[in-house]
Amino acid sequence: MLALDRIGKTYANGVRAVDGVSLQVGPGEILAIVGGSGCGKSTLLRAISGLDTPSQGRVVLDDEAIAAPHEKIGIIFQEPRLLPWLTVAGNVGFGLEQRPRKQREELVANALARVGLTEKARMWPRELSGGQAQRVAIARALVPRPRVLLLDEPFSALDAFTRADLQDHLLGLWADTKPTLILVTHDVDEAIVLADRVMVMRSKPGRIFDEIPCDLPRPRDRQSAAFDFAKRRVLAALDRSLSRAATDPVESKTEAGAALWW
Amino acid sequence: MTTTVEPAAAGQSERKSGLARFARPVLGLIVPVGLALGWELAVRAGLSNGRLVPPPSVIFNTFAELARTGELQRHAAATLARVAAGFGIGVAVGTLLGAITGYSLFLRRLLDPTLQALRAIPSIAWIPLFILWLGIFETSKVVLIAVGVFFPVYLGVMGAVMSVDRKIVEVGRAFRLSGTAMVRRILLPAVLPAYVIALRSGLGLGWMFVVAAEFMGASEGLGYLLVDGQQLGKPAQIVAAIVAFAVIGKTTDWIVAAAAAPFLRWEDRFGARSEET
Repeated sequence: MLALDRIGKTYANGVRAVDGVSLQVGPGEILAIVGGSGCGKSTLLRAISGLDTPSQGRVVLDDEAIAAPHEKIGIIFQEPRLLPWLTVAGNVGFGLEQRPRKQREELVANALARVGLTEKARMWPRELSGGQAQRVAIARALVPRPRVLLLDEPFSALDAFTRADLQDHLLGLWADTKPTLILVTHDVDEAIVLADRVMVMRSKPGRIFDEIPCDLPRPRDRQSAAFDFAKRRVLAALDRSLSRAATDPVESKTEAGAALWW
Repeated sequence: MTTTVEPAAAGQSERKSGLARFARPVLGLIVPVGLALGWELAVRAGLSNGRLVPPPSVIFNTFAELARTGELQRHAAATLARVAAGFGIGVAVGTLLGAITGYSLFLRRLLDPTLQALRAIPSIAWIPLFILWLGIFETSKVVLIAVGVFFPVYLGVMGAVMSVDRKIVEVGRAFRLSGTAMVRRILLPAVLPAYVIALRSGLGLGWMFVVAAEFMGASEGLGYLLVDGQQLGKPAQIVAAIVAFAVIGKTTDWIVAAAAAPFLRWEDRFGARSEET
């Protein structure tokens, strides 16, 4: 169980990015976090990953406080961030240096097969397309078998077809070991395709505005009425969160237009 | 749908790439060989007496004579040994100080202003002090070359470490790399392309500084051949020494570039693509 206990983050310039966020995410659960630009989604994710230290509160995973990057927590960034001097196989095996060579090679080969890139193993990252590079990043994050996988808008730079393909791929990989997934996204469709629960955040400072359960059966049909209904619920919550942020006399100093999430 | 390459077309393309590989170095020889031939023809046609600027045939004969007597090898070896020693020291100190000032803001604030002030001093200004401190023999020469090599290496390494992509470093942090693992697995490979350029710049300055060093009272070395040629009025010897500097300098630069090339195959840069085609 991953628990966030009143997480707050104030930057050195005085900006309060996140304030008093508490939530619990169960094992194997997929949580999507959506919200307007600057509502603290990525800040929250970085606090969970241990890459940033929260100013207040704490992150607890299975009764262990997380204060730095942890072997049970993996992260996939918005860009693939592959190491250009390592081959595709080298990138996938980057987190496995402590393992015996044979075991490492086996794990890497399996991971590459799972993301359909076996024939690219010896290529350099510069030789991959954007979608292939992001698949390598997914394989790299999943191969050490983290208990929690954080995804920070991982498909936002990709075209619609590649994005849908990678969403399906991600669900397939998630089904192997069922880690907890926490996905930050601007794409409401993506949130509903993937998540068991959608958390809507509001800005200035970043707080949880609403939580919408999403218990549609998988695989989810993007054309179904149930999908459309869930989408409208999330969009309505987003609209309310944005208008609340825009009219809040104490906490909002920006115009409503500046906080448009799309 | 599958695509196949016609065998005849593939063979033609291989032949073309073989020719291109052969033609590439030849292309670089066109200008110097053309100039040399032009000058040779001009002297032979009586357009110049070639006394102060000897034609290639005279330079070649001087070269051959110096090689036959073993003088060329002796002087070239002495110069090469000085450059090698100075380069080694300059690279070692430049790499160390560049790396620590690039990595640590505190050390950069502490050391960089002093080193930048020292960099602004013309190299010739050091010569009297080095002779006083270290004597007229090898030590002062090697130290002068090391000073020349040090600054481009120091600046190159510091700049490269400072400009390593923060996002790539974050990948290392996310995988919980220790300090030494971060240096070995992220920082070193990331700075390698800039480091190789810094080494080549340093080596080039090493060859420039060895001339200044050998002007300060050397009894052997290619710089000595230059001074000797000037004092005895032998322009062919001067040009032969200059050509020797050019050939050996270019060869050492090629060795550094060739040694680094296998480690830089991953680079995604305009120059690398141009070299492939």
